[in-house]
Amino acid sequence: MRGPGFLEQLEAALPGAVSGSRLDALDPWIEIEPSRLVDVCRWLREKSQVRFDSIECITAVDWFEPDPKKAAKATWQPHTELVYHLWSTASRVSIVLKVKLPRWKGDVPGQLPEVGSVAGVWRGANWHEREVYDLSGVWFTGHPDLRRILCPEDWEGHPLRKDYEQPLEYHGIRGR
Amino acid sequence: MAQLIDDDPRIIEFDVRTDEMLVNMGPQHPSTHGVLRLVLRTDGEIVSEVEPHIGYLHRCAEKIGENLTARQWIPYTDRMDYLAAMNMNLGWSLAVEKLMHYQVSERARHLRVLIAEMGRIASHLVGMGAYGLDLGTFSPFLYAFREREKILDLFEEACGARLTYSYITVGGLTADLPPGWLRKCEEFLDQFEPVIKEYHALLTTNAIFVKRTAAIGVMSPELAIEYGCSGPVLRGSGVDQDMRRDGESIYTAMYDGYAFEVAVMKNGHYPRDHQYPPVPSDAVIGDCWHRFFVRMLEVVQSMDLVRQAIDRYAACKGPLGEPVKLTEKIPAGDAYLETECPKGQMGFYLISDGSAIPWRVRARSSSFSNLAVTHELCRGCLIADVPAIVGSLDIVMGEIDR
Repeated sequence: MRGPGFLEQLEAALPGAVSGSRLDALDPWIEIEPSRLVDVCRWLREKSQVRFDSIECITAVDWFEPDPKKAAKATWQPHTELVYHLWSTASRVSIVLKVKLPRWKGDVPGQLPEVGSVAGVWRGANWHEREVYDLSGVWFTGHPDLRRILCPEDWEGHPLRKDYEQPLEYHGIRGR
Repeated sequence: MAQLIDDDPRIIEFDVRTDEMLVNMGPQHPSTHGVLRLVLRTDGEIVSEVEPHIGYLHRCAEKIGENLTARQWIPYTDRMDYLAAMNMNLGWSLAVEKLMHYQVSERARHLRVLIAEMGRIASHLVGMGAYGLDLGTFSPFLYAFREREKILDLFEEACGARLTYSYITVGGLTADLPPGWLRKCEEFLDQFEPVIKEYHALLTTNAIFVKRTAAIGVMSPELAIEYGCSGPVLRGSGVDQDMRRDGESIYTAMYDGYAFEVAVMKNGHYPRDHQYPPVPSDAVIGDCWHRFFVRMLEVVQSMDLVRQAIDRYAACKGPLGEPVKLTEKIPAGDAYLETECPKGQMGFYLISDGSAIPWRVRARSSSFSNLAVTHELCRGCLIADVPAIVGSLDIVMGEIDR
């Protein structure tokens, strides 16, 4: 979404919600404050000029500490990033929202980071958030039914985290 | 008074108390298109709630992608939608090419259109045949597989594999077509065109099929959009959207100069010189019948596109070009691209830190979003309608579970 003034409109409607943007990127993206994510999504769906009526994909990226050999060149601090790909059926444009979360809540390993659920904005987000929770370990507050979706319900850990270790044994099945 | 109740045909067992019951359907059920488990909450024959359980075919494809180079991951995309592996190869290749700002040769472009549209025909044939199986008729399945076999033979001749091709790859295709292939392909199309009439007679206009699908599982366009449904499922609800026309320029440029119209009811039928059966009077936009019919329209549309691609490919004298190196470094950054696969919009998201191995890969599955809407469609339907509704979504579990 490269339309002029779009970002200004968003900032005027919800001051302080946008914490960064790159509109000249390959896929233009806007970075949103985690606490304002649900407000921004509701605005994009209901109030903005271009109605983003469809959610295509939610991705969690684990920006883990870089490999020691490459650490000198690394451009990031460890964090978890959520990427929302939205699509407007009427205007046929897309937009990317990014939200930065800590890898662990309060930097206590094992405590999942939290962000508001957008399942109330688009019902289609329900399964996507369940998948992100299952594989990447992000807790969506206000989600109607946040359970694992691909892994078994008693699975331990979140496999798409970079520091995930495959269990040695699962119900008598040997791993590794 | 008692006389009156007894005569009412709607009340069959008015003194029998019915209880809610949980019925487990799957994961090994012939009509669930793979290992899908549905838990139905039923009251008599009426389903009040459906809960799909997925994940039985989860093979950690995204995690594997973080340990392989972009080209090495191509075979894993084959195994997502294994009924349209060519289209999955294409989706991933284009996403990587988008990040690399890579442009394939003109010859490779037309060959990709040709192969991708053949893949669409093959996938829709399975969708059609398997849908017949769901509804209890076996013969359309055999008719569909008879023709699909010929497409697989053509694919086998082109790339050596019959199911998991890895033919389209980053930077082009692994090989050019063998001599004489185009003639065989044209022969197939000439032979296939009249066969479509048989399919319409077997299913589309079949009275029992129409009764089982017309006005069943009606999905409003708003519901379809909110759930991120795509492909024939979305177009069956009357939404005019097809990534081949509305997608990003790197994908739509592939179809530059090709004449086609999106297969949706309000656009009429395309191509216009083809004969289509009439829409049954009971069918409403958004029902199972329309979702099925959109696929049948797309088979004809793809056939026409293949013919156009054959002409353009044959006219292209330039070189095909070589695929990129297996260990080609990808520039740092991220790219997301959705392509129109037979089942819907398949998105691939790739994040690179500048090395040959992506930092993160993500496959946005169309069937995943299409299946998520099941519990809305099945609310209040009959148990016998559940396979009809799930079948009309034409899902592939390999793509949902990844």
